[in-house]
Amino acid sequence: MTATTTTATIAEAAAPIDGRQPVAPLLERIRAGREFGTNVYSTIDVLQVLYHRVLRIHPTRVDDPDRDRFLLSKGHAVAGYYAVLAAAEFFPADWLDDQGGPASRLGDHPDRMLVPGVEIGSGSLGHGLGLGVGTALGLRAQGRLEPRVYVLLGDAELDEGSNHEAITYAGTTGLANLTAIVIDNASATHGWPGGPAARFIVDGWTSATVDGNDHDALHTALTGHDGNRPHVVVAVVAPKEA
Amino acid sequence: MRDTFVDTTTALLADDPRTALVLADISAALFAPAAARHPDRVLNVGIREQLMVGVAGGLALTGLRPIVHTYAPFLVERAYEQLKLDLDHQDASAVLVSVGASYDRPEAGRTHLSPADVSLIDTLHGWTVHVPGHPGEVAPLLRTAVAAETSAYLRLSVLSNDRPLGGDGALQVVRDAGPGAPLVVAVGPTLDAATAALADLPVTVAYTNRPRPFDTAGLRDRAGTDVILVEPYLAGTSSRVVSAALADRPHRLLALGVGREELRRYGSADDHTRWHGLDASGLRRSVLDFVSPALR
Repeated sequence: MTATTTTATIAEAAAPIDGRQPVAPLLERIRAGREFGTNVYSTIDVLQVLYHRVLRIHPTRVDDPDRDRFLLSKGHAVAGYYAVLAAAEFFPADWLDDQGGPASRLGDHPDRMLVPGVEIGSGSLGHGLGLGVGTALGLRAQGRLEPRVYVLLGDAELDEGSNHEAITYAGTTGLANLTAIVIDNASATHGWPGGPAARFIVDGWTSATVDGNDHDALHTALTGHDGNRPHVVVAVVAPKEA
Repeated sequence: MRDTFVDTTTALLADDPRTALVLADISAALFAPAAARHPDRVLNVGIREQLMVGVAGGLALTGLRPIVHTYAPFLVERAYEQLKLDLDHQDASAVLVSVGASYDRPEAGRTHLSPADVSLIDTLHGWTVHVPGHPGEVAPLLRTAVAAETSAYLRLSVLSNDRPLGGDGALQVVRDAGPGAPLVVAVGPTLDAATAALADLPVTVAYTNRPRPFDTAGLRDRAGTDVILVEPYLAGTSSRVVSAALADRPHRLLALGVGREELRRYGSADDHTRWHGLDASGLRRSVLDFVSPALR
């Protein structure tokens, strides 16, 4: 798949849903002629469904204690993230024009102290799920039972053992306000026989494995938690090397 | 010290709904009453130290004040990247409380020795480090640390001095040999050995249980030419701080503490104190060599 045809597909998929800015031109703006890997495009459908149809967050209330939390654990999936955040007007679109520059707030990995709407700084793999578990526990301890915590990971990121500490703890203790989203582009070096979801299910999570480019299927999966257990959505996309 | 920590933390959990405790099995039985009363704020994640610190970061991001506790090497060394990223990089903070120190349980071997913990914490920015020298110092230090907004590391030990010294972490002169005398700064539980070693020598002995931030103003007030650090963790941990504080003055610095070499010996904590030269006779020998070799 070449970058050009991928971009065309994205442009089609990225039509504005609710009157916000379309994402595709913003993604092109941040791309600025560079070649993006397929991993950038593999994440953007999930991000759009989350920000347009699932997450209860708003750019004017980024510190609302009752907001949903979205934690991007695979911090390298950043171009689509920035484009979606800019489309939702968390920050001005012209921030996209100098990404990574000396005066830019937008690095190759996101920093919560620099970018409005970004909940965690990430980049080193295997940190988001533990932070997400802590965030879910902190909300519960304060009686905030409405907000939900979503953590986006990659299938290769699951190689990091820290994830499995979090998966087992969240599953066995029934941490019900947590959703993990695994973008599965078959990039884990040694694979996940039986699929990534199997690693969660065995510990008591509910799961849904869906086409990672199908917005309606993603929406159904991302809202499919049962309220009693943590939930994992595996979004299957084209293999990384295809 | 651990009992005082448990009692004080149990009281803090009852008094302040912002307080949370994250455990990784170590000391969990001691906190069972607190866990029964505050099941949402006493969180034992099992033997999962990376998760323990990640959870603390997440709790802090929601506005809670986490206290994180386990054995020193598992808290600081195993989970170091989580301290750097899940706390500091997120601008989140926590109070870390360790047990085990450099060699509290030497019969357990290298896996349970943590002489490098303070050095590792010292690579981070803006942390307060408390090294109480007596169980009586633990409660006020813990309460101060929890009441603050920044991150802190409390290093508890089974080794202690005979009596507690209060104070706010500023250098306290416990024996004053007058202006210009060599200044010995003893940290935490090293004080009794230092005072015993140097009782008849013309050296000033000062104490602190808060090596970070180090009381550099107090150091500059008291220091003559010769400064001797006595620290219960890696030798030289505070050398950079002392050198920077005295950079504009000619001075000499002797940094005593735990050696880097793995001894591969068991025995008792007192044995290790002696092998690292931190007992009274070892300290006396080192200080005499430094300040006045001719007196030996």
